[in-house]
This record gives sequence, structure tokens and C-alpha cells, in this order.
Amino acid sequence: MTTVETVGLKEKKREKYIVTTLRRLFKNKLAIVGLVIVLLQILMAVFAPMITTHDPIKQTLADSELPMFSPGHWLGTDNYGRDVWSRIVYGARISLVVGSIAVALGLIGGVILGMLAGYYRKLDAIIMRFVDLLFSFPGILLAMLIIAILGTSLVNVAIAISIWSIPTCARIVRGSVLSIKEKEYIMAMRSMGASDLRIMVRHILPNASAPIIVFATMRMATAILSTASLSYLGLGAQPPTPEWGAMISQGQAFMWSSPHLTIVPGIAIMLTVFAFNVLGDGLRDALDPNMDLQD
Amino acid sequence: METTVKSPSKPEVLLELNGVKKYFPIKGGILKRVQGNVKAVESVSLKLYKGESLGVVGESGCGKSTLGRTILGLEELTDGKIKFNNEEIQDLKRKEKKKFVKEMQMIFQDPYASLNPRQRVGHALDEVFKMHTNLSAQERKNAVVDLLKEVGLKAEHYDRYPHEFSGGQRQRIGIARAIALNPQFIICDEAVSALDVSVQAQVLKLLKALQKKYNLSYLFISHDLGVIRYFCDRVLVMYLGHTVEMSDVSRIFNNPLHPYTRALLSAIPRPNMNAKRERIRLVGDMPNPSNPPSGCVFHTRCPMAQEVCKVDRPEFIEHEEGHFAACHFAGVKL
Repeated sequence: MTTVETVGLKEKKREKYIVTTLRRLFKNKLAIVGLVIVLLQILMAVFAPMITTHDPIKQTLADSELPMFSPGHWLGTDNYGRDVWSRIVYGARISLVVGSIAVALGLIGGVILGMLAGYYRKLDAIIMRFVDLLFSFPGILLAMLIIAILGTSLVNVAIAISIWSIPTCARIVRGSVLSIKEKEYIMAMRSMGASDLRIMVRHILPNASAPIIVFATMRMATAILSTASLSYLGLGAQPPTPEWGAMISQGQAFMWSSPHLTIVPGIAIMLTVFAFNVLGDGLRDALDPNMDLQD
Repeated sequence: METTVKSPSKPEVLLELNGVKKYFPIKGGILKRVQGNVKAVESVSLKLYKGESLGVVGESGCGKSTLGRTILGLEELTDGKIKFNNEEIQDLKRKEKKKFVKEMQMIFQDPYASLNPRQRVGHALDEVFKMHTNLSAQERKNAVVDLLKEVGLKAEHYDRYPHEFSGGQRQRIGIARAIALNPQFIICDEAVSALDVSVQAQVLKLLKALQKKYNLSYLFISHDLGVIRYFCDRVLVMYLGHTVEMSDVSRIFNNPLHPYTRALLSAIPRPNMNAKRERIRLVGDMPNPSNPPSGCVFHTRCPMAQEVCKVDRPEFIEHEEGHFAACHFAGVKL
């Protein structure tokens, strides 16, 4: 009776889940482009003091409004003589940090709400009506309302964007939980006497991670764009903070004399949003929920 | 003990069901009011003895899986009493129930779906010990490796994911998980139905060996009469949530009392082409369990139904010693 059914356990199948996912991701060229841009941006943010030549907020009025490719300022300077390259690099820091905080807070709220709504049918109606309520506000309006209450600052921008992320995230998580909850392995854990918390954290969450990761990546793009929009409207970063949206807003007055003051941060925002979106798309395909059942 | 001792080999009652019912409410309308009930399990009473295997057969939808889940408390009991080791367990709170959880386990039908795909097999088994024992990490690991060997797997399988195993191996992991806490009673819900015939035999052999070693009792839910005949000591036949007939394997297969049992048996394919046999064909589908027929639930399809069957529901009574059937004409040949 101790015979083991022989099976062709190919070494190929012994690789880890994350390796398989990355291998699939790397087949998608656009996703690689996105990943490279995101990684470059992270490097830029981390090593900002080393790759910039000027203090991003130090004004040198003698050098104001230098065009691109000027000696010492390859992206030129703004109307106060601040180095645009330095401001862009430090701006990457702000975008990534604010974006990550906003997404992280949104995920925490969304995952908890979605999990409870999906797992406990009795809470479902209450939580989802609350989520519908949040949904009924246009995103940027909701963010503006929250900032009006909390005051203008980057931290409040992050909070505002995170609250706006909660409903979408809660719906995604609830949907996954509803389907995973009915799986036999959850039934098996219940028959073993596992607590609800254990089932939710150890068994449902890991199996619902794929859509959450995709959502988080895509949401980074939205969060960065929203941070820039709110700062452009004067609700986020306050001068002299080198924030991309704020830079566009300030450069607007010099559109004709120094177009690079709006174009360069515009391109930075566009590239970042594009990168996170294509990376999210690539991850969606790579993190196929059924991959572990196929051979 | 107030139980009737059937034979010296089956002395003690392990599990006793008394009028167990499970209804699923049908909710509808804007206010989600209960509009009716799907009567999945209707008044099931039976005794399961220590060390025996009781097979449960019936068409799909007859309530056999629901019965198993209800016993384990995975479905809330609508009515009735469940006694395990002479203790009523149906009203126990979650904490009090924990000690019974150790004694009652389940092996699931689909070995592909009953293991968490993101959890290494070793960790899945380890978790069982984590939840129910105070063993140290090293002790748990040793226990898991022992378990793997016990069910015919190897220690090196500890770090693998479920998708790296074949169906039969996965079912062995399911069995390992079920026996981890040394239970007395295991419900096998179609435990071998999803496996190839050759693998089926191996898994059944393993289950039998474990039964011998640990004096396990099985409630063996299956739709495969061949497997039941090989594996079980007694058989319970269910139809539309009702118990129809129950006896030991030889009497069920050789001298069925209920026409439904006869119809089921006549549907088994036989290898001998020339054997004289009468095929009892049932007409129509199984009635809707939310609106079961009056009288005997089987009368709509029964080849020998009379007027009385439409009005009067037959009791599930003992016709011979240890041979129960619910039919007005039990044993009467057509």
C-alpha cells in the first residue's frame, strides 16, 4: 500500500510561483518597458541627491528661465532659476511616496472591507451600501472635499486619494472572496475547526492576491496622476515643493517664453502613468489565477 | 448503553443520528422572505458503530453530501439530534466543539480543490497540528513527515505545492490531513470518485489499512455501488433526502427490500453478458426537493406504487434484524 503513484514530476514544475509569474511577465515587451521605467524612477527617487547637480528649491535669479540644454542645466531652469532636472528627480520622490502611501492606505481599507463583506453575508449589505456611497462621488470631487476638510498638504492628498481607492478595491476583493469562499479547501479548513480569521488571512487572502496586486499597480498610476492634478489645482504640494503637477501650474504663466517648464513635468507624469498602467496590464496576464492548476 | 447490540463484532455506537433534518430556505422577493425550503435531508435516524464503514448511496441531489456536512457541523442543523460518543453535539458552542473536531474529520471529493493551491503540502499539514496541539515546531515537522510516510508519500514532498502532485497523491494528502489528529470518525465524501480506477483501488486499500490500524469508522458517501460493495460493511440508501433502506452489504446486494434499491442495483453494469437479469428502469426525474411528493416520496417513479403510497408515508422500520426499509411493500416482488 505504500506505493506512490509514479508521476512525471518535471523539474520545470518545481519552480516557485513568483518565478513563473516573472517569466510570464517578461514575455510581454510592453510590460518590460513599464517595469524598466518604474525601476528607473525608483532608482531616481532613492539616489536623488547623487544624480542631481542643484538644490531643487534653491533660487538663482540670475539664471532664470534658461532654455533646455544650457550648460549646467540640461533641462533648463524655471523663472526663479531653479534647476528643472533636479526638481523633476525630487518630484519623482514625492510622486512615488505619495502614490505608495495612498495606494497602501486604500488597500488596507479596501481589503478589510471587501474581506468582511465577502465573508460575512450579514455585513455584506451594510458595507457595500457604504461603498456605493463612496462610489457615488466623482473621484476628484471627493478628494477635494476631503482636502477642504483636512487642509492642503501632501499627506492629506494621500489620504484623500486613498479614501477614493477604497470602494474599487473593496469590490474587487469582495468578488474574489465570494468565489474563493466556496472552494472546497476553505470547507476543509472549516471542517478542521480553523477560525474565521485564520481562514481569511491564511487561505483566502493569498488566493485573492493576484487581482489585488494588479489593482495596486494600476492604482499607482491613478494616484500619481491625481496627486499631480490636485497639486496643479493648488490643493496638494505647496511651493516651493518640487511636485510635478505644481511645476506645470507654475510653468503655465511662461508657456510661450519657456515651454519646457510645462512640457518636461508633463512628460514625466505621462511616462510614469503609462509605465504603471502597462505594468499592471502585464501583471494581469502573468498572474493568471488558474496557472497553478495547469501543467 | 441503551443501544441494541447487534453482534459481538460491532459493540459500541459511535455516532447516532435522531431525526436529523437539513432544510435550505429559499428566499425571494424584495424583502428576501423565506418562500419555501429545499428539504435536503429529511428525518434521518441511524447508528454508526465503532470500526465500521457505513456506505451512503443515492442519486446526485439525494442529500448524501449534505448529510455528511451536517454531521460535521459545516451546515447548520435544522432539526434533530446528533450524538457522538453518547454526547449530544448539535448545540455545542464553537469552543466546546473543538474536541469533537479532532474526532471527526472529512475527506473531500475533489483532490484538486480541497488543498489550498498557495500552501506547501507540509505547511498545510503543519497547520492542523498548530491549531489543535501545543507541539513545538520541530515536533510538528516530525509529525508531518511521519504522516506523509503513513499515507505512502515521502518526506521530500514536504516543501511541494499541491499542483506538483497527481490526483491520487493529492487524495493521500487529504487523507493525511484527516488522520492527523487521530480521529475516530471520518466522512469520505465521494473520496475516490474523482480518481482513475487503478488509483481508486490504491486509495481504498490505504483507507482500509488505516481503518484496521486505528479502528476508524467511516461514513462513506459514494454513488458507485461497486466501490461501496468492496469497501463498506453496511449501506444506507437515500432518495430525495429520505432514508430508503439500510442493511449490511450482502443483504442490500442480494436481498434488497425497497424497489428503489432494486432499481439502483439493476443499473450496475455486469461483465457477464449472458447473465439473466431484469433491468428496472425508473421513469422521469427525481422530484423537486422543495416540493416533495405526498405520501411515499418515491411513489412518482416506483414501479409498484399503489394508492396507499400516494397518501401514507411509509416508516423507516426494521423488517428483518438489522435490515431497515421504508416501503409499504418491502420485500414484495414485482
